[in-house]
Amino acid sequence: MSVFRMKGTFIENLPKIYGLYTGSFIVFIFLMALLEQAGLKEDTIGLLFVGFTIAIYALIGWLSRTMQLDAYYVAGRQVPAVFNGMATAADWMSGASFVAMAGGIYMGGHPYLAFVVGWTGGYVLVAVLMAPYLRKFGCYTVPDFIGTRYGGNVARACAVLVLVIASFTYVTAQINATGTIASRALLIPFGVGVWIGLASILLCSMLGGMRAVTWTQVAQYIVLIIAYLVPVIWMSNKQGFGIIPQLVYGDAVQRIVELEQLHQVGVLKPSGPAPGPGMSALTVPHNAPADTFVAQVRFATLVACMMLGTASLPHILMRYFTTPSVRAARTSVAWSLFFIFLLYFTAPALATFTKLQMLDPNLVTSVIGKSVAQVNALEWVQKWSQTGFLKVIDANGDGIVQVNEFFMRADIVVLATPEIAGLPYVISGLVAAGGMAAAMSTADGLLLAIANALSHDIYYKMVDPKADVKRRLIVARVLLIGIGALGAIVASMRLTGILGAVAWAFDFAMSGLFFPLVLGVWWKRANRAGAIAGMVVGLAVGTWYLYMVKWGGMAPWIGIDDLRFGIIGAAASLIAMVAVTLMTPAPDKETQAMVDEIRIPRGQTILGSTH
Amino acid sequence: MSAVASQAQKEQHWRRTRNLMITHIVIWFIASYVVHWFAPELNRVRFMDFPLGFYMAAQGSLVVFVVQLFVFAWQQDKIDRDHGMAEED
Repeated sequence: MSVFRMKGTFIENLPKIYGLYTGSFIVFIFLMALLEQAGLKEDTIGLLFVGFTIAIYALIGWLSRTMQLDAYYVAGRQVPAVFNGMATAADWMSGASFVAMAGGIYMGGHPYLAFVVGWTGGYVLVAVLMAPYLRKFGCYTVPDFIGTRYGGNVARACAVLVLVIASFTYVTAQINATGTIASRALLIPFGVGVWIGLASILLCSMLGGMRAVTWTQVAQYIVLIIAYLVPVIWMSNKQGFGIIPQLVYGDAVQRIVELEQLHQVGVLKPSGPAPGPGMSALTVPHNAPADTFVAQVRFATLVACMMLGTASLPHILMRYFTTPSVRAARTSVAWSLFFIFLLYFTAPALATFTKLQMLDPNLVTSVIGKSVAQVNALEWVQKWSQTGFLKVIDANGDGIVQVNEFFMRADIVVLATPEIAGLPYVISGLVAAGGMAAAMSTADGLLLAIANALSHDIYYKMVDPKADVKRRLIVARVLLIGIGALGAIVASMRLTGILGAVAWAFDFAMSGLFFPLVLGVWWKRANRAGAIAGMVVGLAVGTWYLYMVKWGGMAPWIGIDDLRFGIIGAAASLIAMVAVTLMTPAPDKETQAMVDEIRIPRGQTILGSTH
Repeated sequence: MSAVASQAQKEQHWRRTRNLMITHIVIWFIASYVVHWFAPELNRVRFMDFPLGFYMAAQGSLVVFVVQLFVFAWQQDKIDRDHGMAEED
């Protein structure tokens, strides 16, 4: 960083460095806007946005290269709370949050808001039950905690197994998303895009491990939050809702309820199957909360799965190993949630505004109720129809677009909003860069979580405990590349939709890890046999239930479908862990003393700074 | 405060820490589940022009979580300091 000629250490200069970076990014946006005015082609703008930001991340990744263990595994434990908060927010908000969430609310209405509540409230569990204690423990990975707290390689290996299953399910969806965005922005086939996406992801993490991922994730957060907020604020201002749309869209929600009656939303159903994969017509009212028992249970169980999953996902928990102190770990969780909140409380506003634009006949942007010819002449409709994201089918042949005749993929709400609202193309380029940042940062965190668990907990702790630092760090990098490649191969097979796989990752994580982690801190009596039973039974029962409900033809119990199988897995895990623990002897004095030590912030970590 | 904290201090510290945990889990439970269970009833109330049930799921619960976490960090730090369990600054 000597080019900046700054006084003091790198950490002291962080606000200045990222301030400069944010300023440069804004200048870059204006430059693109000027070039657009000067006649630069749309494709080139998109390419420059994605290409330029990836190059910056790669540069940060290269500058953060390291051959030190604690820098590679926990970023040297010196990441300030606020910056770790930004990094966690980027780590957390995936391609699904960025691209699919607003669209999900658009299509799914109130029941879909369970994701918004679940993906934020989980941080309360992280802060209150886990993060500070894991930080005091001083582990490199989550299985490191399980392995040391309960003792023995079997417990450690079980934790690695759950981690790998949950994180790998998640990472394929992220590599898939980077591939989709890269292929569209760089104008290359999807199969090539996946590998370009993977290469960009590895550039950020391979040389510097956690240290490099931390500083690129902060940079990626800044890009993704600007990319999410700018179009919404611009659009809302244009429609007369002011510059803080999140606070004033209450009227719009009520207006939509009126318009839904006009257009018979929920009454009219599509007459045939959707014309393409992922496309659907709007059939769910915007604000119709659960009013039957099963629907209420479905809302609550989805919230619970996302929350307990949040508190069990290793790539999130390991971010709090990087703070300088236990106290900083706690404030850092609060900052993380604040930075996540900025996007999550905007998504419902975006969904509402987009829906209003489509439905309200008083607005020039409206689509529903217009003639088919008029709608098909709109530039954005033509463009997105060509890519298979949108289709108008005049099923009743009256020449008018009814709500059940307008099919689209939910992702359009974020991707096409700037065009629907008539904003300049530079905003669409910005959104592409934001989506790429969101997917890349999550993929990096996940790949590192998997590779670190395999290199530290399996290779170093079990296979070759005498390996020197150099060898350990080389093994870590080889594993990172190998797992990334495996993820890219699976992603290019396009097995599931983005969100299906993402929700499953939370269910797997909570089935196997939630109770062994929580009880490891909060129940001194919890012992090795109990923890192993908790992980194995939780994972097995959860997986069995997923299989039976999804493929085995079993009817879901009170609405607990395949997105919610973690409820069953975690319940089995809790019962097995408590029962087996009580049937076997209490852990030895040494382990109990260790648990006492975790509960006090002061003093040395349980594990040394390099171990 | 002596360098080695007394057993009584440790026990008191942990009791207060546990009570704080329970308090925050109760708040979390209400904001996460109880409120949304009654969303249809809350929708009859208007809040900043929003139907309240919609508002809580789209924004209200989130605000509770964010505020709660900053308060929690402050409260737990105070407990640690009161009993000499905090890290050195």
